[in-house]
Amino acid sequence: MIDSGSTAWMLTSSALVLLMVPGLALFYGGMVRKKNVLTTMMMSFVAMAVIGVQWVLVGYALAFGKSALGGFIGWDWQMFALQGIEPTTLYADKAIPELVFVMFQGKFAIITPALISGAVAERMKFRTYLVFTLIWVTFVYCPLAHWVWASDGWLFERGVLDFAGGTVVHIAAGVSALVLALMMGPRRDFARGAAILPNNLVLTLTGAGLLWFGWFGFNAGSSVAVESPVAGAIAGLAFTTTQSAAASAGLAWMAVERWHHGKVTSLGLASGIVAGLVAVTPAAGHIKPWAALLLGAMASVVCYAAVQLKNRLGYDDSLDAFGVHGVGGILGALMTGLFCFTPVKGLFSGGDVSQFGKQALGVGVAIAFAGGGTFVIASLLKPLMGLRTTDQEERDGLDIHVHGERGYHFDQT
Amino acid sequence: MKMIIAIVRPERLEAVEDALSEVLDEGDNYRITIDMVEGLGRQEGEVEIFRGQKVKLRNVQKTRITLCVNDAYVEKTIGAISKGARSEPGGAVGDGKIFVLPLEEVVRIRTGERGGSAI
Repeated sequence: MIDSGSTAWMLTSSALVLLMVPGLALFYGGMVRKKNVLTTMMMSFVAMAVIGVQWVLVGYALAFGKSALGGFIGWDWQMFALQGIEPTTLYADKAIPELVFVMFQGKFAIITPALISGAVAERMKFRTYLVFTLIWVTFVYCPLAHWVWASDGWLFERGVLDFAGGTVVHIAAGVSALVLALMMGPRRDFARGAAILPNNLVLTLTGAGLLWFGWFGFNAGSSVAVESPVAGAIAGLAFTTTQSAAASAGLAWMAVERWHHGKVTSLGLASGIVAGLVAVTPAAGHIKPWAALLLGAMASVVCYAAVQLKNRLGYDDSLDAFGVHGVGGILGALMTGLFCFTPVKGLFSGGDVSQFGKQALGVGVAIAFAGGGTFVIASLLKPLMGLRTTDQEERDGLDIHVHGERGYHFDQT
Repeated sequence: MKMIIAIVRPERLEAVEDALSEVLDEGDNYRITIDMVEGLGRQEGEVEIFRGQKVKLRNVQKTRITLCVNDAYVEKTIGAISKGARSEPGGAVGDGKIFVLPLEEVVRIRTGERGGSAI
């Protein structure tokens, strides 16, 4: 029996998560130079097209089909192209149509590779990026999602908690971003030590706002996984922890910045908000609001340190996809094991450290699998297609060379 | 006839315009062209902060104004620009420069008029 309230909330959540993709495009697009604004925004937008098709054809079957190949991945011919799913088919023991669940999960598969694009901005070949995202979602994201979220996934069976995608989405994307950034090398101007400044932080702030808004669907919508047959109580908890973590993380980033160089920047507030949202993602429906406040603040301190460490180490993760999503995701997934109180009690809720151990397993697996998988895919694509644009294209800007357009013509009538 | 090109601080443009209208306005407007430019002189570039990292800009943002005047107005114009463009009483590094160039010819497009009266 379909529950209209749950179904309405999941439809809303699905649309909210999709809104995060243009949000991410704006967030990233504002941070690059004028000559690369379109290609950077395209890298997020195009995931809606590429993965939007992949998910309907095979992605959902691979992630949420019955375990195949010894549990490595899922598969179900009924789910191929969604042909066996009727509008009236309900998802598992939930009171929502399975098609709604398919769409909700599909938005996660769309935004995850888009997160990676921040690390390779301003230098990756667009063509190679398209092929990379398709292969990456198929062979890295779908297996991971299956292990962690499918009811017969091996990490799920071991009790690893990942409420809305700390490991599957943020660690996977963040670590993959780091591997790609290291394999591709720094931008030519980064290597020369030239000033690389954002073209429009107004876009970045707008994007951060849309991300925050959409994240309510991302996290509070994910209550569908733990509440049955209808969503409600845990959705409310996840909504509250999401808001709490984002707010305290924004404050904490401002405080750290003020202490470090005496100024509170707009990019800093935006970055802090995103770091807090990332960290609370795996924890949202498992921790109390006070814990979310703490977790958000911790996320900003740790992610800020990670970004400064990057500057010291000298690798070029252009827009800090690893520093924010990778590091924030790892922190959030681990802290979930300490702060959780439902459905299991963590160390700080009268439980023991066993959940922390399970979380560490999930984190380790996600780092190793996403990092290794990305290394293999990029190593194959490098000789076949090349990862980087030519030096001249990079110098002139990718927009005009790759897309034949420029983002701004403000000087023309 | 002279062409006067001045590079001034963007935030002083209004004061320069006020000073120009005081000395040149005889029931008429001063004629000016304004561009936003960037460049480097003795003033250092600004420092911006990008995620905790200080980035020094190579160039400074300036406003370039161009006026063409008859010889009688050259010194008055120079005086007005200098007065308006100084950011503090004694002037400061970064207040800008004034260049005076000989001007060969002026043509008013509407009438085809030439020389001093077309200015």
